[in-house]
Amino acid sequence: MATKDIKPADHWVDPATGEYRVIAPGQTFRSITEKIVRIVLTPHTPMGWFALFTFAGGGATMLLVAVTWLFLKGTGIWAITQPVAWGFAIINFVWWIGIGHAGTLISAILLLFKQGWRNSISRFAEAMTIFAVVCAGMFPLIHVGRPWLAYWMLPVPLTMNVWPQFRSPLLWDVFAVSTYATISVVFWYIGMVPDLATMRDRAQNKFAQYFYGLLSVGWRGSVRHWMRYETASLLLAGLATPLVLSVHTVISFDFAVAVLPGWHTTIFPPYFVAGAIYSGFAMVLTLAIPLRKFYHLESLVTERHIDNMGKVMLVTGFIVGYGYAMEAFMAWYSADHWEAFAFWNRAFGPMGWSYWTLIACNLVIPLTTLWSRKLRTNIAFMFFISIVVNVGMWFERFVIIVTSLYRDFLPSSWGTYRATKWDYMTFVGTLGLFTTLFLLFVRFLPMIPMNEIRMILPQAKIKPKATVEAGD
Amino acid sequence: MPAREGTYGLLAEFETPGDLVRAARQAREDGWRRMDCYTPYPVEEAAEAIGFHRNKVPLLTLIGGLMGGVAVFTLETWISVLAYPLNIAGRPMYSWPAFIVPAYEWTILWAGLSAAFGMLALNGLPALYHPLFNAPNFRDGATTDKFFLCLEALDPKFDRAQTKAYLEAFKPLSVTEVDY
Repeated sequence: MATKDIKPADHWVDPATGEYRVIAPGQTFRSITEKIVRIVLTPHTPMGWFALFTFAGGGATMLLVAVTWLFLKGTGIWAITQPVAWGFAIINFVWWIGIGHAGTLISAILLLFKQGWRNSISRFAEAMTIFAVVCAGMFPLIHVGRPWLAYWMLPVPLTMNVWPQFRSPLLWDVFAVSTYATISVVFWYIGMVPDLATMRDRAQNKFAQYFYGLLSVGWRGSVRHWMRYETASLLLAGLATPLVLSVHTVISFDFAVAVLPGWHTTIFPPYFVAGAIYSGFAMVLTLAIPLRKFYHLESLVTERHIDNMGKVMLVTGFIVGYGYAMEAFMAWYSADHWEAFAFWNRAFGPMGWSYWTLIACNLVIPLTTLWSRKLRTNIAFMFFISIVVNVGMWFERFVIIVTSLYRDFLPSSWGTYRATKWDYMTFVGTLGLFTTLFLLFVRFLPMIPMNEIRMILPQAKIKPKATVEAGD
Repeated sequence: MPAREGTYGLLAEFETPGDLVRAARQAREDGWRRMDCYTPYPVEEAAEAIGFHRNKVPLLTLIGGLMGGVAVFTLETWISVLAYPLNIAGRPMYSWPAFIVPAYEWTILWAGLSAAFGMLALNGLPALYHPLFNAPNFRDGATTDKFFLCLEALDPKFDRAQTKAYLEAFKPLSVTEVDY
């Protein structure tokens, strides 16, 4: 713990606990409410928002074009072929869904661990989860080639009398991802109901009052309601925790259950989950850093948050590093010729550059620098690191999928992989879609959970009065 | 709820959660039962003060989760063994370890949905109307920064003048009469 460089006079240090404050001192219930509500209820939309929305909307439109062309022509417009039958679509699927995992981790696991600092960032991290799952879920659907038949994946009675095959991890994926999407949306919405009630009560114009009034389902803050609400939140957190761990585990089964060298390994589930959280926290930082600057939320999303997220990335980065090391170790220790070749080819084969990009982005750059508190609280540096890790984690999936597939057991079936412009357009398009959805969220919904922030203010502590408290 | 007329209750507004909890605790001790507190964030002590200790959300969640898990496991077994038996690499028809994963996911799915929607249902939400929203100061405070105690007219101890005086003894910011 690098606590020695904290100066006692620093107003960011809470004198009561000696820790960095989670939110700036001097806030009241009303001041934080006003601050968060104003972002949404102002009739004035910042020009920067419009500029970014135009840009992101352009990306989303590109996705529409790419997907329309895909539906007209089929998956042949992508670079996928034999032996690399899983290309960008599955890389992007795993990458996006991994990003989503940090939102659930912040909202569920850190809630169970009673981490007060999570409160300010939990709402938009959950929103990030949902939008990432939207982008992720699209890829398997369009990858099946005939997306209008996607319902064949569900166990529904069909006139053909055909049923799904429940021993396949690909079907487990259908259940895992659809459950994850549903529970994430429910958790996010339920968490937002009291804040939507605040929006309803603070809105001035009729339309906003009706809009937030309907969304807030008549919430009035009765303590009986609050207690059931708290129980439900805690239960949802307790359910989302095993869920989030299972989702990336099941996704890793898609690979680990196959007999392909480079995929057939038992380290995959924990290493996929850690990688997911690693990339997800990177994405939370990528979003949080510009957001707090743009909307002047430095008093709510403080350096403590950035610092803590850096620490989580340091830990998960090391677990990921352990995963890479284990892959190399098992390639040698298993004494399996194909396993050893697969690893050698990954690092030194024709696509070795992708492996070393991933090592540089995921291990060398972040894990040597995130130790320093100075760097962890340097906002510009953390933004840079978040981009580096996002790139690195994308390359991790590229390495796992492409470099395992393009050198098969038999040299006669070897091939290569070169993504087409449609692959790139689809990927960049989902970045546009994600940003578009996120901008709409920031504009129309409260991005910081006000009710949870109120709970961690010092005023929320109930001061006991000896006379009345005697009976307790 | 049947349509009612007249007074719903008397609403006292407090500045701090501590004042609210003290008033609520005293009212409970004095025999009040039809009452509720309204706060902008969960105040556990206030719920304790009005005698609300446990709720049925965990039970609903358990039932929902068990039903979801059992439903999918049964479906998987029925499909794989009876409806559409497939020989996949010589594995047994009833390969239950493989069936665990979708059953696990559906346990979580239905437990989660039961927790969320069960909570809303037990709270009587969605509700498009509630008399408290008629109080002029309620909407400005209850979801922002004020703490309310409502003694309801349905309580046998309720008497408009006496109850108003009783609430004023707690030194609230205001005491308002709420109509249906």
